[in-house]
Amino acid sequence: MTIAPAQAAMYQEEREELISGSEAIGIACALADVDVITAYPIRPYDTVMQYVSKLKADGAFDCDFIVAESEHSQFEIVKHASAVGARTFCGSSGVGWFYAFEAIAVTAGLRLPVVAMVGNRALDDPGAFGVEHNDALAVRDLGWMLYWVATAQEALDIALLAYKVAEDPRVFLPFALSCDGSFLTHSQAIVNVPTFEQVQKFLPNYDRGRLLLHPDNPITIAPQVNEDWLMEIRRQSDEAMRRSTAVIKEHYEDFKRTFGRGDPSPFIEEYMVDDAEIVLVGMGTLALPARVAVRRLREAGKKVGFLRVKFFRPFATEEIQEALSRCKAVAVIDRDYSYGSPANGGVLFNELRSAMYAASNHPHILNFIAGLGGREVLVRDINGIVDTTQQAIDIGKIEQETTWVAVRE
Amino acid sequence: MTTVQDLPQIRGVKNIPIQEGYTSGHRTCQGCESALVMRLMIKAAGPRTIVVGSTGCMYVANTTYYSTPWVVPWMHTQLGSSGSAAMGTAAGLASQMRKGKMKNEPINVIAFCGDGGGVDMGLSAVSAALQHDEYNLLILCYDNESYANTDIQVSGSSPWGANSTFSPPGKVHNIMNKRWKKNTAPMLAVGHPNCRYVATACGSYGLDFTNKIRRALTIGGPTFIHSIDPCPKGWDYDPKYSHELGMLAVETGIWVQYEIVDGELILNGPTKAIANGIRKRKPVEDYLMRQGRFAHFTPDDLKMFQAKIDESWEKWWIPGVVPMSPEAGA
Repeated sequence: MTIAPAQAAMYQEEREELISGSEAIGIACALADVDVITAYPIRPYDTVMQYVSKLKADGAFDCDFIVAESEHSQFEIVKHASAVGARTFCGSSGVGWFYAFEAIAVTAGLRLPVVAMVGNRALDDPGAFGVEHNDALAVRDLGWMLYWVATAQEALDIALLAYKVAEDPRVFLPFALSCDGSFLTHSQAIVNVPTFEQVQKFLPNYDRGRLLLHPDNPITIAPQVNEDWLMEIRRQSDEAMRRSTAVIKEHYEDFKRTFGRGDPSPFIEEYMVDDAEIVLVGMGTLALPARVAVRRLREAGKKVGFLRVKFFRPFATEEIQEALSRCKAVAVIDRDYSYGSPANGGVLFNELRSAMYAASNHPHILNFIAGLGGREVLVRDINGIVDTTQQAIDIGKIEQETTWVAVRE
Repeated sequence: MTTVQDLPQIRGVKNIPIQEGYTSGHRTCQGCESALVMRLMIKAAGPRTIVVGSTGCMYVANTTYYSTPWVVPWMHTQLGSSGSAAMGTAAGLASQMRKGKMKNEPINVIAFCGDGGGVDMGLSAVSAALQHDEYNLLILCYDNESYANTDIQVSGSSPWGANSTFSPPGKVHNIMNKRWKKNTAPMLAVGHPNCRYVATACGSYGLDFTNKIRRALTIGGPTFIHSIDPCPKGWDYDPKYSHELGMLAVETGIWVQYEIVDGELILNGPTKAIANGIRKRKPVEDYLMRQGRFAHFTPDDLKMFQAKIDESWEKWWIPGVVPMSPEAGA
């Protein structure tokens, strides 16, 4: 294998760079020496593609960069490139992700390890560029691994982990990196950029093995199976997703050893959860105001913590049950909605409440819908959420399961 | 850009390779001309080929799990994705070969689609693929003039007036499909000047068909072939007449056989003879009335159909191919 000289030269020494979350993922793609990348413009994810195209133009990234004529084609192209053994990357946002949905669904069905970035965006109409999580969450039942990133550093790190996990033959499932529009895609932070050498040590080449579509291995992929076999094949995908939990743990440990950073768990991040009476739960960049609020409330003597769900798929049921085994109440903050769902709540709330049904501890679980369409979730909003949750503890019951935060009535 | 295989033109039907790439294991209908098209396609292309097929008869009828007629590597793609599938396959190979991750050798990439996948839903992706002249690929649209896999529904490539389950003749409306068949191959040739090879074809002319596949694969870059495939089920005729109906489509001037090679139009077979005045076009009635899908046609309907075909030969700028004309006197 040969790496383009300019590409190799860029990453000879470890360094720090002030970059956005999108740019961090673009760098991860170059470090992973991705073969085929497809782009189609939609805000806010497309900043990653602008960055990748510049790297390619400057000779700093040898990849086939294809500007597709639609999101559907974007995802179909990488699906087929992945089937012939190429490492691939693509992405989208909001309705663009939905335009590609047919291709997205079958990519998981075909067990192809495509890595995609979702720059979370509201599903307009009415027009809105800002973050909502409903776009990425739509794949939650289809066999995509789904991760919510909180920082630019994490975006780079998890992009590398994504390839290692997705391309592990025990898994062979696609991986979506969810990044909050603007708050992550467009916000810069200092990021530690590893060297090629480190990455190559961590990330082996993608080997499709006996599933490679090639004249030397003339297989037929995705024939008609119908009722005769579909159930068994679905079951295989289910087993792959179940196996992914252990594979993620294994590779995350390897990641921490190689790069010298990372959290205790790849699945969740706990911030002052241990002795907390009230635990806030959320995903993505919400972590920033949540941590600030928790810190200030702690200073005021209130026992509050924050649990960030990183992997939405696979959902870390047992770890979450354990983390919430000591608290009195949980406030799930959803940057999404699920109209007509139980409690008319959000997706994360219903998922988490379901996970807690079999837990030994049964805290009050309240839901707060906040920050839709990119509206900022402020520290004072979080204070209000904690107050409402405290009331449930005080009176011993939940008066209102789902509350929309800072919404004009 | 990756290299192409050297696939010489075949002189004489006896020289068509004996080796099969599409064999038993499918369950296409008796008289299915598209099955023949698949067989000839892969005979022409040879074993160092990857075939990708979009949803349609040639997916559903061909590949039932635990059996496959494909000796070459084959993969399904979505209904509207033949263009993207071809491009993704070609790009995946090209990238890995360039970077030394895969042995560098010419591998043919063929994506096929039916008329639903190519003329209707997948047109945008086909068009995009034909713009990317850094990739070697062939898109073959096998046109049986309806969504024949799902119960025979009208497509943008169905002939005017054809009876289908979405365009049945009724008590008030005798003609339900009022759309004239889309002129797909010229549209793609005119619209993609860097595409070096666009052709129409018909399985009734086996040698011509095989050689067109070979020309498309050897010329390099993205190419497109549109074949007309008589379909006993959708067109409603005795399966033994498939070949004959393909020939009649050409002899009546309804289907025009040609290649566009680097911008030059070359008419083939009976079409050439018609254009040169050596052969007279047969009346469209000879073709239409052999098929149940036109059984409801009134004499006026037949007259109208004939007039449209006459117009395409007598009034079009390039007879049978390009409808518009230069401004009078220009």
